[in-house]
Amino acid sequence: MKTNPQTQSDLIDYDLVKWHFYAGIAYLLLAIVAGLTFSLQFLQRYPFPGVEYLSPGRVRMVHTVVVAFAWLANGLFGIMYYVVPKLTGFPVWSRKLGRALFALYNAMAVGSVVLILGGYAQGLEWAETPKILDPFIALIVVGIVINLIVPIVKTRAQAMYVSLWYILAALIWTPLVYVMGNFLPEYVFAGTSGATISSMYIHDLVGLFVTPIGIAGVYYLLPVAMKRPLYSHALSLIGFWGLAFFYPLNSAHHYLFSPIPLWTQYASIVASIGVHVVVYTVVFNILATMAADWKQLVDNFPVRWILFGTISYLLTCIQCAIQVTLSAQSIIHFTDWVVGHSHFVLFGTFSIWITAWIYYLLPRIWQTPFFSDSLMRWHFWLVTIGISVMQVDLLAAGVVQGMMWRSLSPFIDSVAASVPFWWVRTFSGIVILSGEFCFLVNLYLTWQESRRPRPEMAAEVAV
Amino acid sequence: MKMIERFSGVFLIAGLGLFLVAFLTLAMVPVAMLEKLPSKADLPTYVPESFQQDFPSGEAYRAALVRGRDLYIREACWHCHSQFVRPTANENLRYGPVSTPAESQNILSLPQLFGTRRVGPDLSRQSGKHPNDWQYAHLFQPTSVVPQSVMPSYSWYFELKDGKPVPKADAKAIVAYLQWLGADWNQREETADDFEQASLPPNE
Repeated sequence: MKTNPQTQSDLIDYDLVKWHFYAGIAYLLLAIVAGLTFSLQFLQRYPFPGVEYLSPGRVRMVHTVVVAFAWLANGLFGIMYYVVPKLTGFPVWSRKLGRALFALYNAMAVGSVVLILGGYAQGLEWAETPKILDPFIALIVVGIVINLIVPIVKTRAQAMYVSLWYILAALIWTPLVYVMGNFLPEYVFAGTSGATISSMYIHDLVGLFVTPIGIAGVYYLLPVAMKRPLYSHALSLIGFWGLAFFYPLNSAHHYLFSPIPLWTQYASIVASIGVHVVVYTVVFNILATMAADWKQLVDNFPVRWILFGTISYLLTCIQCAIQVTLSAQSIIHFTDWVVGHSHFVLFGTFSIWITAWIYYLLPRIWQTPFFSDSLMRWHFWLVTIGISVMQVDLLAAGVVQGMMWRSLSPFIDSVAASVPFWWVRTFSGIVILSGEFCFLVNLYLTWQESRRPRPEMAAEVAV
Repeated sequence: MKMIERFSGVFLIAGLGLFLVAFLTLAMVPVAMLEKLPSKADLPTYVPESFQQDFPSGEAYRAALVRGRDLYIREACWHCHSQFVRPTANENLRYGPVSTPAESQNILSLPQLFGTRRVGPDLSRQSGKHPNDWQYAHLFQPTSVVPQSVMPSYSWYFELKDGKPVPKADAKAIVAYLQWLGADWNQREETADDFEQASLPPNE
């Protein structure tokens, strides 16, 4: 690593990192509230029946769009604005641009929510952001990419740390994926051809945007938080190149048994099973690094969150290899099983890893330890128990629904049979929301504490 | 070997190269195959009997189909109702003939509305399953016809006249669209030819 003459706060725009996290946390709560509200429709207890602008279908789209484009994206951008300068030794291209893009991006996120509720959603999964905003979102994302890629370009000559491979690749993939998925199936290719491209987009948004940046974050945070070196460089190489090779080929597994040509479906199934190479190397690398000092799990909260996220990651990916086979698809496709899977991926894994980052970084930026240890523990246990219960519940519901459909019993019977599962789902959502509420209270109290004048406070952020 | 840890390797091979390989092989090649298929579900030139009162001309009817599709997207109907019948799990017995690529190569499938979840049943063979009146009542208050339904009410597409809900133009458009879905397919018997066009061999 190059030695750099600058101070840490010249290198990293701490305010920008902080703002991205603040915005992300606000959206996280909004997303959970939206999901929870939507879940009440399944119990015939929707609080706003007949209100057009709060119709359950629209609220459902707000839930997923906010999760992907507002909460996860803000969290991941915050992580990159910290990790990239830290690892390259160079600041981002333009601090002002970074701040302007933060404002613009979040204006787009809020605009998407308002327009979706107003009835302007785009009809493509994970691309419901309104058509009129899509070109602007694409441009803003390109701006963020340029801003972050400049410091990485400056390190051309040297071998880069593993986190930078993932981030660099994700910075190239993200705009390509976004443009492909939002424009081609909307304007160019109809029906089955559109679905072929949509399926690639659905997978790539998670596989080539969220996953690589999430893993990059863990590869950076875990050694730093534990003060232990990463277990294996070779394993991280295999994991990265496995991801780069297999993930883009996973596409059609979202539309198995559809009219998409069967060879495309077979290819995507084989590639999906290849993803195991990625998962086991990453998970082994993380766990082996932790194994050097398990005791830290008790008090080192970021490490604890990373561990839970890693276990979820392993489980969802094992699940993936089971559900991607045609025999399993025959039963579980179209059911709540898939809903459970996506919650475990986006909440159980990546939201949890971003939470680990917030636990690590915010107290350091604020130069104040967390206000309450017990709120930290409540947050951890409520969220982890909540998502685990939801996961088991939705998987079971999915199998019940799939079996009942195949047995040709009347469709409404499968709805009636699902109601108990949907009750459990709503309650697990309430548990998760109360966990996040503990988080919010703790963050607020800590922030308040940090605003108090303290004479001994160091002038320089010690991160 | 050092290249795979450096900027150029990651940028060119992982970032651009492998993405483009996947995009070309698993997106553009199937798309090229599919785009050659003739459209088998062009918009109808005539107005079906049950809609002749609502739509005076074929043009008005076709405009209503497009409007209905737009509302189907706006209300996220496609998040809870899929639009393809799979060649598995007895779906052809429940819904009708297995979906084929050609039938969705038309303007109402841009963007595609395959869907990935069935909270409610598949709608690709919906045409004629229920009369229009049932569809209106169901749209206005689903539990009035299916007590256990968890579908939301779309009462804002209706207005009250003499204390009775009457469908607005938008409600008629939605029902026109629903009654069009699969109109060409529901009357057909499945033949071996269908299975050749479908994704799976006949013995599956």
